Amino acid sequence: MSTTMSDQKIGESAASTGSPEVALRLSIRNLDFFYGANKALKSINLDLPERKVTGMIGPSGCGKSTLLRVLNRMYDLYPGQRAVGEVMFDGENILDKGIDINVLRSRIGMVFQKPTPFPMSIADNIAFGVKLHEKLSKAEMAERVEWALTKAALWGEVKDRLNTNAAGLSGGQQQRLCIARTIATKPEVILLDEPTSALDPISTLKVEELIDELKREFTIAIVTHNMQQAARCADQVAFFYIGEMVEVGPATQIFTAPRQKRTQDYVTGRFG
Amino acid sequence: MNDEIQHIVKSYEQELVQLRDLVTRMGGLVESQVALATDAVTEGDASAASRAVEQDPAVDAIEREAEQFVIRLLALRQPVAGDLRQIVATLKITTDLERIGDYAANIAKRSIVLNQFSLPFSLSGVASMARLVQENLKLVIDAIDLADPEKTVQVWRADQAVDDLYNALFRELITYMMEDPRNITPCTHLLFVAKNFERIGDHATNIAEIAHYAITGEVLPDGRPKGDNSAYAIVRPREQDQSVSS
Repeated sequence: MSTTMSDQKIGESAASTGSPEVALRLSIRNLDFFYGANKALKSINLDLPERKVTGMIGPSGCGKSTLLRVLNRMYDLYPGQRAVGEVMFDGENILDKGIDINVLRSRIGMVFQKPTPFPMSIADNIAFGVKLHEKLSKAEMAERVEWALTKAALWGEVKDRLNTNAAGLSGGQQQRLCIARTIATKPEVILLDEPTSALDPISTLKVEELIDELKREFTIAIVTHNMQQAARCADQVAFFYIGEMVEVGPATQIFTAPRQKRTQDYVTGRFG
Repeated sequence: MNDEIQHIVKSYEQELVQLRDLVTRMGGLVESQVALATDAVTEGDASAASRAVEQDPAVDAIEREAEQFVIRLLALRQPVAGDLRQIVATLKITTDLERIGDYAANIAKRSIVLNQFSLPFSLSGVASMARLVQENLKLVIDAIDLADPEKTVQVWRADQAVDDLYNALFRELITYMMEDPRNITPCTHLLFVAKNFERIGDHATNIAEIAHYAITGEVLPDGRPKGDNSAYAIVRPREQDQSVSS
C-alpha cells in the first residue's frame, strides 16, 4: 500500500520528492515496528530529503509518532519495543546494534509536544546538551548559546535574562527554548513531535516561522495533528493510517489532489 | 466530490451539498434560457425571447450568491483536496454560466429584429448548432450533478462539431449577403447569433475542463480539439473565385 517516493510523479513544486537534485538525509526502508507482539508500523518506505520539511499526518494511533521515535532510537528506552528494517543515515543503518545512541541523538534531535525546559537558567538549558558532546571555552559556550537562541528566534526576548530560570518563560518561549536546546548541538535532523499543540495561535505561528528558517540548515520531520500546519510548514507530507504509510507527496498535491481515497477522506475531514 | 463517505462535520457536508445544488440550479436556469433563445430564433417565438431576457437577473443573482457562499466557505472551512477543488470550481463555473446566460439573452434580443424580416433561406444551420450546443450544455450540467468525469470528457471532445457548424454557417451567411444586400441586416444579426452559440459551446467546454479537474484532480491536456476558423475565412464573389480559406 505504501508509496515510495520513486513511485511519485514529480510535481512542479520545489517540494518534489525524489527528484535528482534533492539529496536524501534519511532513507527508511521496509521498516516494521513492534510494541511487544503488536505491529505498529508495517513496511514503511519513506525518504527525508535534505533541508526539507516532511510533515507526518494521520489519525491517533496511526504510527506517525512511533516512526519519529524510531528515527532517533527513542524506543530503546522501553523494553519490548523493537524496529526491523533499515533507516539509512549517512551510509549507516541507525537501527544497528553498534550505533552510538548518544552520538545519534546529538545528530538527530527531538522536540516534544509539551515544552520541557530543565529547571535551570535559560543559558544552562542550552549549554547542557552541548557540554555532553563538546568541550567549549566559556566564551565559545556563550557564543553557542547566543547562536542557538538567535536561530530559535528567542535571543531578542531573553538576552537580558539569560541567567534567570527557564520556567519563567511563557509556553511559546519555552518551546522555542527547547528548539534552541535541540539545535545547540548542531544536529543534522530535527524531529518535532506536535511542537505547537500546547501553544496559542501566535506562538504557533512563531514556531512555524522558525521551522521555515531552520530548514535552510536542517532536515526536519514534524508530526502534527493540525492539518493546516502540515499544509503551511511541510514541503512533503506523508499520510499514515493504522501503521501503514498510505501516501507521500508534495504538500501541494496532498492538499489539492491526493492520489489515494483514504488520504482524501482524511484531509477533508471525512474519516469514518 | 465524494459520494460514499460523509463529512464528519454535518453542517459542512450540508453546505457542500447546497453549493452543488446552487450550481445545478443555475445550470438548469441557463439551460432553459438557451432553449428559449433557440425557440425565439428558430421558431420566431417572441414570448420565448422576452422570457429568455427576463431570466437574466435571476441568473446573475445566483452567481452573486455563489460567490458569497464560496468566499464564506474558504474563510470558515479552510477546505482542502476534493472539497477545495469543488469550491473553487463553483466560483469559475458560475462565472461561465453567467456568460452563457448573457449570450442567450443577446440571441433572444436579436431574434426580435430577425422576426421583422422574411428570410429567403432556411435557418436549419443555426438550428443544428443550437441543438448541439444545448446537448453539450445539458451534458456538462449532468456531469457536475453526478460528478461524472466521463461526461466532462465527452463534452470537451464534442465542441469541434459546434465549431465546424459555425464555420460553415459563417460562409453561408456571407454568401447570402453577397447575393442580395437586403439580406445584410438579418444575416449580420444571424452571424452574431451563430457566434453567440459558438461562444456558449466554448463556455460549456470550459466548464467541462473545470469540472473534470474538480472531480478527478487531473487537468485535461492543452490540446483541446478547437476549430473556429472563421477568423481566417474569405468568401469571394463567384465570378472571381470559388470560396477559399486559409
